[in-house]
Amino acid sequence: MKPMVAVGLAGGIIAAAAVVIVLMTQGDPDTAGAVKTGNSEVVATPVSNEPASLFQPPSEQDLPDDEFGRIVKLGRDIFEQTQRYAGPYVGKTNLRCASCHLDAGRLAHSSPLWAAYVSYPAYRSKNKHVNTFPERLQGCFAYSMNGKAPPLGDPVLVALESYSYWLASGAPVNSNMPGRGYPAVPKPPLPRDFERGQRVYEQHCALCHGTDGAGQQDANGQPAFPALWGEKSFNWGAGMGNIKNAAGFIKANMPLGLGGSLSDQQAWDVATFMNSHERPQDPRFKGSIAATRAQYHDSSDVMYGQTVNGQLLGQGTP
Amino acid sequence: MSTITTQDGTQISNKDSFNGEMTATRPGPVFVASLSLALAAMTSLALADGAAISLNGNTRGALACTTCHGAQGEGIPASGFPRLAGLDAGYLRTQLDDFALGRRANAIMTPIASALNDDEREAVARYYAGLRGSASMATPVPERHSPGARLANRGRWPQGLPACIQCHGAMGAGVGASFPALAGQSAIYLENQLHAWQQGMRAPGPLGLMKRVADKLSAADIKAVATYFSALPPSHPTPRSKP
Repeated sequence: MKPMVAVGLAGGIIAAAAVVIVLMTQGDPDTAGAVKTGNSEVVATPVSNEPASLFQPPSEQDLPDDEFGRIVKLGRDIFEQTQRYAGPYVGKTNLRCASCHLDAGRLAHSSPLWAAYVSYPAYRSKNKHVNTFPERLQGCFAYSMNGKAPPLGDPVLVALESYSYWLASGAPVNSNMPGRGYPAVPKPPLPRDFERGQRVYEQHCALCHGTDGAGQQDANGQPAFPALWGEKSFNWGAGMGNIKNAAGFIKANMPLGLGGSLSDQQAWDVATFMNSHERPQDPRFKGSIAATRAQYHDSSDVMYGQTVNGQLLGQGTP
Repeated sequence: MSTITTQDGTQISNKDSFNGEMTATRPGPVFVASLSLALAAMTSLALADGAAISLNGNTRGALACTTCHGAQGEGIPASGFPRLAGLDAGYLRTQLDDFALGRRANAIMTPIASALNDDEREAVARYYAGLRGSASMATPVPERHSPGARLANRGRWPQGLPACIQCHGAMGAGVGASFPALAGQSAIYLENQLHAWQQGMRAPGPLGLMKRVADKLSAADIKAVATYFSALPPSHPTPRSKP
């Protein structure tokens, strides 16, 4: 018996080592399963952000050619060209829905619509009640688009809800779908820092968003790159104004096409830099910056009401 | 003329911050040479005449631009000579500098750009930025689901490939000095550039973005997307974009 045990152990060690190598070199969830090694079992945890494990929304070519399909397409158009198709509800911003929800709301880790749609109704601490999906959409207009919420039942909300529902075709009702929202970026080794963030910004972000953070237009005067702060950006009530959220979006998706290229430290630092600039007032303003901070922004991840370089943030833009 | 020197200096330092590789490899003597050219330019009273250079070249060996780029900067699409009319002046200027400094390899353009001094490059870049080119020969825009249209307008995000228009503007109109207009450009030229990035014949561009993009495209993708943009009507931007 003894020689056989030794062989089994040795085989087990080799097999375990092989699993580790597979995980290190490929990280492929399809190859990482339960592997029997003697009497013990090495269970590899699937990597949740691998494309194969993420929900795939349907292709636009498969849209039905009927009234429903027409409204879904309208929703997509609103999503991509928000100013043009939902102008009355959009503020002075040069943002579009697709500025933060890349690939027209399809991309995992960029707050995809298919994951959001199957997460509502849900209680939100932001407004302390159960929100329906259309109500959640209203928040995007009020804060991220710095505009005003379309009334419930408005054709704009119906179209956006239809588009989201269609993108979620085949998805389970599940508020924790892999790829939902923006990924959590681990706390960096050093405390996050404005000046380091500024250097990251100048090297990796200013090319598109401009040294003044105002974004850029194309040669025809259409919005191209969104404003990251200032009067044309999202207001202080938007989710992206939270440094944690912004760090997640940036780490996963920025610069465009080079997602994942910044370190965790760089993502936190540059998110801190971005959100340490003035932007339009929170529409829930309580009459004083201190009161508004106490009510809505009492978090170390929000710079509203904090002083940066001698400037009290939260005054809003003209 | 001191403004030109200043602008030039600013452009170089901008490029430095966006592209460390290029900074590291830039030969010192060239910088000194361009500095002395800039000093020489300060002594002349007027900016060189871009229109005259385009028609006649100069006496130091630069050939007339019109030979290959057409009378109005419309290019010769079938031969892959690019349209210059209406492209951003800063972008055109950077390309001339890149040809002269070897960051962009091209047997025809390298000697021509090298024979133009700073002042002349700036003048000729501004001249072409201000042209509208001849009337568009645009063919009907391909429908939204053609493979080229999809790459142009949607990219291929599951592969991390952004849509072309996300940086080059809606309808490929161009954005600033770093993201040139693609609409109405010669399809052959666009194909050649994407292949040049794949093969390392053209500097990878700001943040190395275009090299990364090109490496994710197949030959068929390149053909499709180049054909798509070539069929769009060229935009007519204002002569000088905001820096």
